[in-house]
Amino acid sequence: MEELVNLFHGFAVALQPFNIMVMIVGIVLGVLIGVLPGLGGANGVAILLPLTFSMSPTSAIIMLSCIYWGALFGGAITSILFNIPGEPWSVATTFDGYPMAQKGKAGEALTAAFTSSFVGALFAVVMITLVAPLVASFALQFGPAEKFAVYFLAFCSFVGLSKEPPFKTIAAMMIGFALAAVGLDSITGQLRLTFGITHLLNGFDFLIAVIGLFGIGEILLTMEEGLAFRGGTAKINLRVVLQTWKELPTYWITSLRSCLIGCWMGITPAGATPASFMSYGIAKRVAKNGSNFGKGEIEGVVAPETAAHAAGTAALLPMLSLGVPGSPTAAVLLGGLLIWGLQPGPMLFVEQKEFVWGLIASMYLGNLVGLLVVLTCVPIFAAILRVPFSIIAPLILVLCAIGAYSVHSSTFDVILMLVFGVIGYLLKKCNYPLAPLVLAIVLGDKAEEAFRQSLLGSQGSLSVFFSNTLVSSIMILGLIALFWSVIQQGYTRLRGAPA
Amino acid sequence: MTTGSSSKSGPAHKLVEAGITLLIALFGVIVIVGSLKAGINWGAEGPRAGFFPFYIGIFIVASSAINLWNGLREDNDGLFAEWGQLRQVMSVVIPTGIYVGAIPFTGLYLASIIFIGWFMRWLGKYPWVTVLAVSLGMPIVTYFIFERWFLVPLPKGPVEEWLGL
Repeated sequence: MEELVNLFHGFAVALQPFNIMVMIVGIVLGVLIGVLPGLGGANGVAILLPLTFSMSPTSAIIMLSCIYWGALFGGAITSILFNIPGEPWSVATTFDGYPMAQKGKAGEALTAAFTSSFVGALFAVVMITLVAPLVASFALQFGPAEKFAVYFLAFCSFVGLSKEPPFKTIAAMMIGFALAAVGLDSITGQLRLTFGITHLLNGFDFLIAVIGLFGIGEILLTMEEGLAFRGGTAKINLRVVLQTWKELPTYWITSLRSCLIGCWMGITPAGATPASFMSYGIAKRVAKNGSNFGKGEIEGVVAPETAAHAAGTAALLPMLSLGVPGSPTAAVLLGGLLIWGLQPGPMLFVEQKEFVWGLIASMYLGNLVGLLVVLTCVPIFAAILRVPFSIIAPLILVLCAIGAYSVHSSTFDVILMLVFGVIGYLLKKCNYPLAPLVLAIVLGDKAEEAFRQSLLGSQGSLSVFFSNTLVSSIMILGLIALFWSVIQQGYTRLRGAPA
Repeated sequence: MTTGSSSKSGPAHKLVEAGITLLIALFGVIVIVGSLKAGINWGAEGPRAGFFPFYIGIFIVASSAINLWNGLREDNDGLFAEWGQLRQVMSVVIPTGIYVGAIPFTGLYLASIIFIGWFMRWLGKYPWVTVLAVSLGMPIVTYFIFERWFLVPLPKGPVEEWLGL
């Protein structure tokens, strides 16, 4: 019951006029970010993070998380209308969304996508409301060994669940850890890996890495493909919306399954993209008219959108309750918490009740506002897409530069951003995943601290990570996640089914 | 740019990927060297500063070795990208490099105006009116949003000083 009271207090916070305004601004910016190529959720939030320095932490997180919801909504617009996924997690939406648009059913597809996104997000928010406080109070008992085990689990899930080759995932992740280690060592106060370069004294800021890897890297990829937008116009009117809403409840099983997949993939840091693919794949296999998938089946829009949004939202659960972000965007939000002087993790639920519950309440409201905004403003956002890339690209590059500069007011960071951009382009081309790299930069110091403190307690023996049931079960879960693809392969081979 | 815009030639994917894998391995070696310098054994306060990154470096080198092996074994005759595509990419990277290099000297606003203008005029071939409208408009909007409303100072150069901003 205490949670319910807290939640109502949260609503009172979120419903303050300033916060509602911030919410709407955030959603609109977010949809823009989701629609424009080269600006994704993670780097969009990173670029706009400095704008929140002068706000109260609660308003700031409401704005940034609303940018995130907006970006999740926005990705669907480009996928359906232009067959160009604005975000990686909306790739699966193109499979059936674009054929629907070609058949003149763009309105239905968009309505289905937005509504499913909303349902997925709502499901995940309800789950966060119920589960996050429990997880947090449980996590309060964690010692350094358990903390490290949670990080271990998070990173192992990346290796096991991502579609990139596991050793590339490991390499990318370790690069992130190494970058995180550069600079002042937080335990001994000693400098390391700086090689006498003064710019490196403070290490690499992951915000710069995010803006470079995701922002600049994405623009370079888009330049290479020589992108041109061609696509149908969007007309959504009330009749289409109501008609689609009448049809959608028939897919409740698909919806529910996608919600569960999304929540699971969001909490383990696999993220929204694999969740959307997995949900689409399962729906295709299970659905009555599965063979029609890919030709414009509305269920083929419902499944990935629900899962992507559920995953994107659920990614905030471990970020809030454990301090382990479930996605790069959640990682940027976590970076925001640190900048505003809040320590993410279980203590947040004890010490910053207003902040946490204001954020959770804003998730309910933000997604509702988001649904209304996208349903009413689709034509405007679609028109923005017709602005040629040679105008948009320099504007985005300048925005990235501004974002990178304003993190620490350092022009060196802007140069670093470009370097990260080129690295991001090359790594992406060679099939290295970028998300674990970024997450490792964010969590590297904390993971190392937990690791060293645990070893300190055990005089250097690794057995500390298997010293009690709690820590060993987390570690074993991590090992299962690490070898998940191997286990899965063995399982399918045993069953004799095609992979 | 040996073959210009001819469509079907470019660096082989295998070769570029092997190169990148080696660079990553080299990065791993640098991390190991740096860790050794910082000390990887136990000191008075427990593991020393280089202890953790040392193993990270080893992981990087080891996984790169496996990636290199996998990459070379793979049957992939594809191109990394065509020369024309790479030229497109470089046509963004080089001006952006000049742009970020110029910011410390000219300030952000002047550099941005020139950068956006150059981009639109040479790559987009827009009429000068459009070019000027966008390249001047964007920094002005930026100025108001960042410096006036959200109080985030951006780098300024001699021109802004002269204007007294």
